[in-house]
Amino acid sequence: MMIIRDRTIVGDDWQVLRLRDQETPETTMVPDGKIIVPFKVWLAQRATLLQRNDIGVWFASDERPEDLAEDVHRFTVIAVDFPKFSDGRGYSIAYNLRARLEYSGELRAIGDVLRDQLFYLRRVGFDVFEPRPDRKIDDALKGLDDFSEVYQISFDQKQPLFRRVVRQGKSAAGLQDD
Amino acid sequence: MYCYDEYDQRMIDERVAQYRDQVRRRLSNELTETEFLPLRLQNGLYMQIHGYMLRIAVPYGLISSRQMRMFAHIARKYDRGYGHFTTRQNIQFNWLKLEETPDILADLASVQMHAIQTSGNCVRNITSDEFFGVAHDEIVDPRPYAEILRQWSTFHPEFAYLPRKFKIAISGAKEDRAAILAHDIGLSVTKNAQGEVGFRVFVGGGLGRTPIIGSEICEFLPWPHVLTYVESILRIYNQLGRRDNKHKARIKILVKALGIEEFKRLVEEDWADLKNGPGTLTREEVDRMSSFFTDPEYEVLAGNDSSLKAFMADNRNFSHWMKHNVRPHRVPGYAIVVLSVKKPGNAPGDVTHEQMDAVADLADRYSFGEMRITHKQNLVFADIKQTDLIALWHELTKLELASPNIGMLTDIISCPGAEFCTLANARSIPLSKLIAERFENLDFQYDIGEITLNISGCMNACGQHHIGNIGITGVEKKNHEEWYQISIGGAEGNDCSLGKILGPSLIFNQVPEAIDRILQVYLRERADEGERFIDVVRRIGHVPFKDHVYATDFPDELVKSDDKNTLIPAQHAVPFYSPRF
Ligand code: SF4
Repeated sequence: MMIIRDRTIVGDDWQVLRLRDQETPETTMVPDGKIIVPFKVWLAQRATLLQRNDIGVWFASDERPEDLAEDVHRFTVIAVDFPKFSDGRGYSIAYNLRARLEYSGELRAIGDVLRDQLFYLRRVGFDVFEPRPDRKIDDALKGLDDFSEVYQISFDQKQPLFRRVVRQGKSAAGLQDD
Repeated sequence: MYCYDEYDQRMIDERVAQYRDQVRRRLSNELTETEFLPLRLQNGLYMQIHGYMLRIAVPYGLISSRQMRMFAHIARKYDRGYGHFTTRQNIQFNWLKLEETPDILADLASVQMHAIQTSGNCVRNITSDEFFGVAHDEIVDPRPYAEILRQWSTFHPEFAYLPRKFKIAISGAKEDRAAILAHDIGLSVTKNAQGEVGFRVFVGGGLGRTPIIGSEICEFLPWPHVLTYVESILRIYNQLGRRDNKHKARIKILVKALGIEEFKRLVEEDWADLKNGPGTLTREEVDRMSSFFTDPEYEVLAGNDSSLKAFMADNRNFSHWMKHNVRPHRVPGYAIVVLSVKKPGNAPGDVTHEQMDAVADLADRYSFGEMRITHKQNLVFADIKQTDLIALWHELTKLELASPNIGMLTDIISCPGAEFCTLANARSIPLSKLIAERFENLDFQYDIGEITLNISGCMNACGQHHIGNIGITGVEKKNHEEWYQISIGGAEGNDCSLGKILGPSLIFNQVPEAIDRILQVYLRERADEGERFIDVVRRIGHVPFKDHVYATDFPDELVKSDDKNTLIPAQHAVPFYSPRF
């Protein structure tokens, strides 16, 4: 399938494993190949999965990445699921993964991922996006550039605008008015 | 006031372009309504039965004459000639076409205004004290911090899809005029014993279905930390706030469920990572912001203008206005003037485009070209020379903005109610008119003295009825009648309290009579004229009021509402939305 990585549309062979009804984290079969497993599956089958180096993990929006503890550094791919694009917990999950747990691998947004959220998603630390399959991916790409400047710090921008640039006080700014 | 630099302007312009494209995609169906909804809400656009309502941000209620003229222009060009000031110090327009909204936002951007985050589950417009900068009791001017918070919260990437809306209020005076205890975060900027500036921080206040007064989470937060601390509060809320039930999603429910101690522990644990980090405010930034809020060029005037006394003696109306609508200013020879948008018979907070233009002209002529919108839905000219008061009063009288009723019974706060709002149980504005007409007599109002009366058409409390001395809530429609609950004992300010329901609900026509009875008890019980209504309620409790209101039947003619006052069927309702919801 196609994803956005580093602002480019590229092919990708990671598969996201989602539990079907009836399946439990303990019993589900993790197939061969590059698989991103639910966090619960990682916890349940950790001993086995530790043997493999083609495993990623994804978080549901009500899970806390802090629970991954030291394992976080084993992964090259972690994903956060957006059950609905309006569920904003994933933003804080991403921020915590990056800023507090210092996760430096690839961070993917999966699920209900849409163009109009990409700018914010990128800011909190996502670098790979799987836009919803029914949408044009090249259209989604445009969402990354909605704004050319930001005020506040987040993962992408370690310095707030007021520390990065010289902003004018009243006397100078006043000249531009009217 | 604050003036955009190239960065502010660029972001606002990019927002207009982004939104224009979103509207285009919506109109061509590339975006579903579900997907478009939060996008338009974050631009202040609500869809109603027949059209769109746009809520424009007036950051902390401060606005220039040029911006006010733009409102007049929008009212004329895109709307039906008027706008509505809200209890959140914003303005709303009610009759807009979706296709035209990008142009409206472009027009607004040309005068450094926007509608960003005036609705939706994000950090809303920051509200503040309408008398900042000029009040006698101000400790620290909150405006620089309000603007710093505005910028910080604008397009915050992590907090755009919170469990629910999030409101921050800030005040810097001894008396809280910003109802900070009724906000998700309330900030009181103050000084400690060493004279250092910092914030007393409250969290988890709010009205609505579950009214709760905010709890103190930090007694004194030194100013450099305000952004990072607020960030931590929001991060904890974003992760843990309930998302399964819209009515339980506000931060107040989370704080209550966890307890303030546990909530504070979580916040401070998160904050430990941010404290003293790059998000910390700098002296330079605060100084820069403060440079926008320095005093205007006040003339050096000798104290109070004595010619006013003579004019007051001759003119009763003027003297009433001076007493009730004019406040002392901290600079000698100046005064603060409150423009009453509460003329009995008019809808509270509604202003026509002619009034807007005229008010802008008056602000230019008399008040350094600036004005403020108050959370009581009035306007303020903050810097009036006392020698101009008579001339100004004549002008305001012509504009019907000089009713001498500020702080009195007819200075009613009212939500739009059932004629406008689809969520309502009952009408609000007609009830406010009925009450205002009944108690229009000024001598009676002045005898009653300081009192607040708030009306909400349903428990969502856009009219902030919980903190009205008398609060009225529409509770149901039954048998062609609208039923209202009356509560007493609510108050805002430093001694903020929530009203208690008096007794069984009453129908539309009975409400003014019930208020009359409540006031009779007050007049009977008060120790002297100095004892305010709220003081008496606190002293003697609810029971005497309740007993008197329900002791005798209501007169026969009030047992049923007459035709004039029966409910307008919902399908004829005017598209509108609430100021606060
Ligand atoms: S405006 Fe608010 S309080 Fe009034 S009826 Fe509508 S939702 Fe209820």
